[in-house]
Formats: sequence, C-alpha cells, structure tokens
Amino acid sequence: MRIFFIYKIVFLIACFSITTGWAKTITVCNTCDITSLKKAIAVAEAEDTIFIKEGTYKEFNIIVDKPLIIKGENFPVIDGEDKGEIIRITADGVTIDGLFIINVGTSYTSDHAAIRVVRSEDFLIQNVVLEKLFFGIYLEKSNNGKVYHNKIIGDAQDEYNSGNGIQLWYCKNVVVDRNIVQKTRDGIYLEFSDNITINNNISTENLRYGLHFMFSNDDVYTNNTFENNGAGVAVMFSKRIKMLNNTFHKNWGTAAFGLLLKEINDAEISGNTFEENTVGINIEGSNRITYHKNNFIRNGYAVKVLGACYTNVFENNNFLYNSFDISYNSRINDNVFVNNYWSSYTGYDLDRDGIGDIPYRPVKLFSYIVNRTPETIILMRSLFIDIIDFSEKVSPVFTPDNLVDERPKMKKIE
Amino acid sequence: MFKILKYSFFDLIRSRWSYVYLFFYLTLGFVLLFLNNDLSKAVITLMNVIIILVPLIGTIFGVMYYYDSKEFTELLLAQPVKRASIFLGQYLGVAISLSLSLLIGLGLPFVLYGLFQSSAIWDFVLLLVTGTFLTLIFTGLAFNIALYNENKIKGFSYAILLWLFMAVIYDGLFLMSLILLEEYPLDTFSIGATLFNPIDLSRILILLKLDISALLGYTGAVFQKFFGTGLGFLMALSALALWVALPLLNIYRKSRKKDF
Repeated sequence: MRIFFIYKIVFLIACFSITTGWAKTITVCNTCDITSLKKAIAVAEAEDTIFIKEGTYKEFNIIVDKPLIIKGENFPVIDGEDKGEIIRITADGVTIDGLFIINVGTSYTSDHAAIRVVRSEDFLIQNVVLEKLFFGIYLEKSNNGKVYHNKIIGDAQDEYNSGNGIQLWYCKNVVVDRNIVQKTRDGIYLEFSDNITINNNISTENLRYGLHFMFSNDDVYTNNTFENNGAGVAVMFSKRIKMLNNTFHKNWGTAAFGLLLKEINDAEISGNTFEENTVGINIEGSNRITYHKNNFIRNGYAVKVLGACYTNVFENNNFLYNSFDISYNSRINDNVFVNNYWSSYTGYDLDRDGIGDIPYRPVKLFSYIVNRTPETIILMRSLFIDIIDFSEKVSPVFTPDNLVDERPKMKKIE
Repeated sequence: MFKILKYSFFDLIRSRWSYVYLFFYLTLGFVLLFLNNDLSKAVITLMNVIIILVPLIGTIFGVMYYYDSKEFTELLLAQPVKRASIFLGQYLGVAISLSLSLLIGLGLPFVLYGLFQSSAIWDFVLLLVTGTFLTLIFTGLAFNIALYNENKIKGFSYAILLWLFMAVIYDGLFLMSLILLEEYPLDTFSIGATLFNPIDLSRILILLKLDISALLGYTGAVFQKFFGTGLGFLMALSALALWVALPLLNIYRKSRKKDF
C-alpha cells in the first residue's frame, strides 16, 4: 500500500514536471495531506494548480493571493456555513473552475459573496455552481476577465436582504457568457463598468431585474433570455449600450416591464423579442436610440414613452396583439416611427407595394387619458372607451398628430 | 305564480327567438374556441360580448315579451290570481329562459373543449354568474319600464336608452368625473361608481380575475385589494343581488296599484 502511494506521487510529480514545467499540482481531498483549500493556497506557489477532489470542505474567507488554477473534480462542495464571504481573489491570472459553493453568509454591512474578485486582472471563473448565496460572483475593480458557464441559484425572498447573482463594480473588458442566474435580487448587475460583453445568459425569476446597468457605458448584451423577473432588464444612466437578439418574456406584474430605459443615450436595440410583458419597453429621458427589427408580442403596453425622449427611431419592428402599441404622455413628438408592422392596422394597399396607403396612428386616445389620469384605467375594455378610441382614430385631437407611421407594412416583418 | 312561470317559460322555450339566442351563443362559443384553443383568451373575448350583449338582449326581450303578452296578461287579471304573481311569474319565465340559453349556449362548447381540465374554469364560472346576473337585472328593469309605459314605442325607446346609459353614457360620465376630479384621491369614488353600475361591476369583477389585471396598475391594485378579499367579493355580489331585488320589489309594488 505504502509503496503504491509513493509510486503514485512519483508518477504524478513526473507527469506534471513534464507537462507544466515549473508549476506543480497540489491535490486537496478529505484523506490527503492537504485537506483544505486554505492550506493548499498557503503552500502553493504562483502558477500552481490546486486540484480539489470530490467532497465537502467547510471553509470561508479563503483568500487567493497568487495566480493559481483552482480546479474541482465532480463539483467538490465548499460550504461557507453562512459565516461570511467564501473565496476572495486578490491576484491576477486566477482561474476557478468546477466548484460547488454553498451557504454564503448574509450581512447587512458588507456584501458577502461566494466568489469576490478584487482589483485583479485576467481572471476566469467557470463551471461554478452557487447555491444558498447572498451575492454570487462579485467583481470589484477587476478587468479583462471572463465569467463563463456558471449556474447561480439563489433563494431570495425580499429585496432588502438578498444580493445579486453576478455583480460588476468598476470593471472593464469582462465577458459574462452562458451563465444561468435564478432567484437572486438582480441577476446580473453592472455599476460603473465599461466595455462589458454579456452573451447567452439565462436570467430568470429574479426579484428585481434580470440584468441591471447603472452608469455603465459601451456595453453589449446579446442572445440573453430574461424571463419571469420582477422586471426584465433595467438600463439606467448609461451610454452606447447595444442590446441585440435578446428575449424578454413574461415579465408580468403591476410594476413589471421587459426593458426599462432611463437616461440612456445612443443605444441600439435590435432583433429582440418582447413577449407577454406588462410593459415591453418603458422609456424615460432617452435619446438617439434606434429600435430595429424587434418583435413586440402580446404585451400590455408594447412601448411606453414617458417624456423627454427625442430623436429615437423605430423602424421595421413588429407590433403584434398588444393591448396598447404605444403610450405617450406628451403632445410633442420628435421620434420617428416608420416601416413597422402593426397587427391592429386596418388600412389597405391599393398599389400592392407592401406599404399601407393610409398612415397608422399607434397612440390610442385611451392610453393618452390613462397617462393623464391613471385612475381611468379602470374603464379598460368598456364600450365607451372603444367608441372614443375609434373617433380619435378617425380624427385625432388629443394624441400627437405627427405621431404616425406613414409607411406601415402590410405583412409581418420576418 | 309557478303556473304562470311555467306557462311563460314553455311559451318562450317554444318561441323562435330563444333558439336564435341559444344558437348565437353556441356558434359564438364554438367559433371562438375553434379559432383560438386557449380557453382563458376566449374568456376575455367573451367578456367583451357578454357585458354588452347580455344587457341589451335582456332589456329588449323583457320589454318585447311584456308588450306581446299584454292581452294575455289582461285576461289573467280577470281571474282570481294574485297580481304580483302574474308579473313576477312572467318576469321569471323570461329571465330564466334567457339565462338558460346563455348557460347552455356558452357552457356546451367550453365543456366540449375541455373546460374541466382547464385552469380557466373559475374565470368561466364567474363569467356565467355575472352573465346570469346581468340577464336578471336587465330583464327586471325592462319589466319596470314596460309597466310604467302603456305606449309601446315609448317603452322601447326608454329601454334602449336605459341600456345605452348603462353600457356607454355612464362610463362617459364616470370618465369625465375622474378627469375633472383628478386632483383628489379617487379610489373610493371609483369603487363606489362601479358598484352603482352592474355592467361596470361585472366587467371589473371579470377583469380582476384575468391576467390582464396587471395592466390596471395602481388603480387595479386598489380594486384588487377591495374585490380580492372575501368581504369585497361578497359586497360585489350583494350589489348585483340588490340590482336584481330592487326592480323586482318595484314590479311587485307597481303591479298591485296599476290600472289596466
């Protein structure tokens, strides 16, 4: 037995000195010499690999202060026992791969996270599963890293005592890709973070927002799915954000919306699908945004514009079976609606060029009245409202008279 | 009273209009479900039809039946029968046959399309309950109008006017007052105003049960808080019941004194 063990060590050392040169591998398991991750980090040198075998490790406040690769086999469990933060990375070039981290402590004074990266570069966090967490992955003033293919399942009940799934604070050039975030406060939260790429994530059932931007510029998010969140995505006080091919689905509730834009300038919103949200897009104080090839399907309000929105362009979008296509609270319009398809368009196309011959007015009188006096919403779907909507459609008096789609499409845009 | 009820009921059952009404609902139900298999979506569309059409048919049918059977009524009055039981019997005959048409006409297609397996069953039941209430209410109001007006044309126009008022004008006045009083808190006022109109009350009771209620926002939440509780719902139902009872009492009172 003993001979076998020595053999094994010799073999391992031989193996790794060939493959990785200087770096060595430190194995952690419940029956090994090193039984805790903390100890392994203490004995490791830069560029080493720490290999954690299957098992449960009850540890917290683990500080990774040298460039290491920490790799788990069959998802070893790191159990923080609700005592506080679990892993803190303070060195550049750290990789964390394949861990199962549970029981992050809740604190009202410090934001305990399962994995926190502080002032570090070139990190990679992948294949990590987080459960029973406060904050999940917290990136703080860290750049050029990647958060890839993680699964974060929270159990948030109230907004005040729950944390965010993935949080970026003062970060640059980070890629967040293929993560699944559920039941946290904000699925993914960005504050003061620029040039972030967020792709292919699935953010569902979060208490507040699926994805939340604050003071973050030049970010891109594509192909993400936001479903059943308190509200889908909130983009606030940010510039030049690209939102492409995302799905906003079933963000339904009295204060819910698919996408909230507040003080957003120069953004591009293309190819997204907004389906069955109370409000598809809620826009406030946002300028120079292009909306292109989006689908708005069966929302309460497809687009709700709340003042101070100038030079936005809505082009080639599909508005299908929404209770209200556009809601507008002012009589001044500086936005362009052109070449969209509106399912409630009743015009004709005599010259058969695919463009309706009479313009379409997307703002109903009722939505104007509701904006003025919110209590009147209680008259929704009554005959009287249908009658006044019809008369307003025939001869607009109250709704902005230049808010028209002069070239409504006759067929749905593919 | 029951003899007269039975007579009126079978008279109406045999009449062509009951069948037309029944077939209308049958086709409406089947076509709706054929075009869109989603039961809960169909409930919304039906709501729109029911809150407009049921009161209209109830009023017209009620007035029409009263004037049509006037000669027979006068004949009955010569017999030793209580006056109230003649009119109440006739009223119940009309109201029950109309309600049955509604229940069978809408119930049948929905049951065939798997209502009992659907989660929409309670919404649908509520729809039928309010539909029945609306029939009872508007037939009763129609009988009142007819009792007060010997002149057929006048009676008809009042009946139409009543429907128009409840279905359209009331909401217009409601809307105007909401806008004029927008500076004041309007929650209690708007709940009160809905209780006073059976059509509005039915519409809101159904809306609150559907997904679409999320659109009602803050106001919806206030209404939900009121009607969502057992007490609020009970109050809504008693308001509807009161709307049935008051016209009936008036029929009873008026029919005792009226000269023929």
